[in-house]
Amino acid sequence: MLIYKATELVNFAQGDLMMLGAFTCYMFIVWYGVGYWPAFALAVAIIGLFGAALDWLILRRVIGQPQFAVVMLTIGLGAIFRSFASMTWGTEIYTLPTPFSARQTMVGGVSVSHEYVSIIIGTVILCLLLYVFFTHTRLGVAMQAASQNQLAAYYMGIPVKRLFSLIWAISAGVAAIAGVLLAPVSLIDINLGFIGLKAFAAAVLGGFGSIPGALAGGLTIGVIELFSGAYLPQGFKDVAAYVVLLIVLVVRPQGMFGTVGRKRV
Amino acid sequence: MRFIFKTTYRQDLRLFRDHFQRNWYLALVAGLLVLPILLPDYLVDFSLVLIFGLCALSLMVLAGYTGLVSLGHAAFLGIGAYAHVYLSQDLGLPWIVSVALAAGIAAAAGVLVGLPALRMTGIYLTIATLAFALIIQEVFNHWDSVTGGLRGKAVEKPVIFGVPLRGDAEFYFLCLAFLAAGLWITRNVLRAPTGRAWVAIRDSEIAAQSMGINLAVYKTMAFAYSAAMMGLAGALFAHKIGFLAPDIFTVLLSIQFLLMVVVGGLGSLHGAIFGAICVALLPVLISEARDRVPDWFGQLFGIFGTHIGLDVAAAVDRFVKQPGLEPGIFGLILVLFILFEPQGIYGRWVKIKLYFSLFPLYKSATFARQKSYMKSERLR
Repeated sequence: MLIYKATELVNFAQGDLMMLGAFTCYMFIVWYGVGYWPAFALAVAIIGLFGAALDWLILRRVIGQPQFAVVMLTIGLGAIFRSFASMTWGTEIYTLPTPFSARQTMVGGVSVSHEYVSIIIGTVILCLLLYVFFTHTRLGVAMQAASQNQLAAYYMGIPVKRLFSLIWAISAGVAAIAGVLLAPVSLIDINLGFIGLKAFAAAVLGGFGSIPGALAGGLTIGVIELFSGAYLPQGFKDVAAYVVLLIVLVVRPQGMFGTVGRKRV
Repeated sequence: MRFIFKTTYRQDLRLFRDHFQRNWYLALVAGLLVLPILLPDYLVDFSLVLIFGLCALSLMVLAGYTGLVSLGHAAFLGIGAYAHVYLSQDLGLPWIVSVALAAGIAAAAGVLVGLPALRMTGIYLTIATLAFALIIQEVFNHWDSVTGGLRGKAVEKPVIFGVPLRGDAEFYFLCLAFLAAGLWITRNVLRAPTGRAWVAIRDSEIAAQSMGINLAVYKTMAFAYSAAMMGLAGALFAHKIGFLAPDIFTVLLSIQFLLMVVVGGLGSLHGAIFGAICVALLPVLISEARDRVPDWFGQLFGIFGTHIGLDVAAAVDRFVKQPGLEPGIFGLILVLFILFEPQGIYGRWVKIKLYFSLFPLYKSATFARQKSYMKSERLR
């Protein structure tokens, strides 16, 4: 869910990749009887490879075209994935059995189920890893460079095409992780992908460019949903996130932690 | 190759390039007028093509000419449809007044979305319109007294100036009139300073601004114009489907509109119409294919033996009857068009025309575009 903040690749199919990841994991666990952790790893690896293949086959061809083309392409791909998923796995809702299910811990008098703990810990670890990767490794910095200016990065000897495949692989892998983590809470069905839209809201809220911003945005959205569900009439819970998104876009289009820059002609 | 040698400024101002072109369009109009007699069975589908044509026209003005990509146009369609039905049935206003008011309300909503649009570019705008569409859908769900909520709302047949339009043919002509008017007005707006300003904004916002174009005014205008046209289309759409429910106006419909614009070819009115024809007739083709394709496969594989033929037919039948196939096909078409013909059907048409008029001398490099490599707008 965080990858596009660092790479500025806007991917409308992210949510659908998430869904595919969750389904793959489910398939391994329930149909083939693989354990949870191996299934998790397999699902992430498969979706990651799938992301790389996607870039190699399709997305590489639109390099050099306006960003709009990529956006439309990912919208189209998302539709294909969703239809594929509904054809292979049907439209029923599945629950993913995990080692965390139905266990609770008392933390300061409040019972917290292990599923939520697993999500929070997983997200924090993932964010830290990504943050370190993008700011402190050669590869990560090269990726940032490639996304900031493809041509200049190419002149500097960065293999932009290979890097983009890698970015897509990581991005798809991360989406799969997110999908598997979310699956026990939100149940798996083909509409899991729409949660990805909320991830977008979080990303915009925090500002596209910054990773801490994205975390803060995600937290804000979550808290807002919680409170609007509790205090406002029915039906507001689903739209609250989008209302906030619109307001933020109007007031501070660059997000809470974004940077402002004037584009040159 | 015919070359028009212009001798007066009037020639630049004409709606059509020459008599040839005008006569072709007249022939097209004549063809459309006799269509109900030739193909009475498909008339309902053709009405849908015309309504979608209006939708595509609306999105083309916004996305193709002003460069503002919206993923929320289904919301404007819904606003138009619900407003029209509420005004004409619950409040009892005359049809024409109600349609005009519906367009006005949709335009007001467009301005509402357009105002934040002034501060955003590109992908942010798309996300904002998407958020707007999701909010509006939720409003349709919960505002029971006007929209009928989840139960939906039945729509009566239109009555214009006391004349009820009962048949499909009458409705077809009504849609045709609206589309023709929409095309004519849009064509003229686009040739006027307003349209030129929109195109300038699309090509370079900052350059347009420095030429003295007020971005705020023109972007809002584009949104209002587009939304108003969508509102008109919505009013017709309500009569076409005969029953309104909130789950019609989903993101999927918005994506279909975007698909029309891209498949037809961004930045051309012809493209809007081509795209509308494609998208509106595709479900018809798919449902026809659902009935026939299994048999074809059965006959094809029947040469290996009757049993194999029947098995293959059954398997293909199971495959094509899957419910999720249609959005997948839409997605596939979108992807293929962006990969192989970014300029859409209209772009291909222009290329084919040029190929024949320049016959042995055609070069594919004529249409080569300079590649623009992605640059971040973020400076750090």
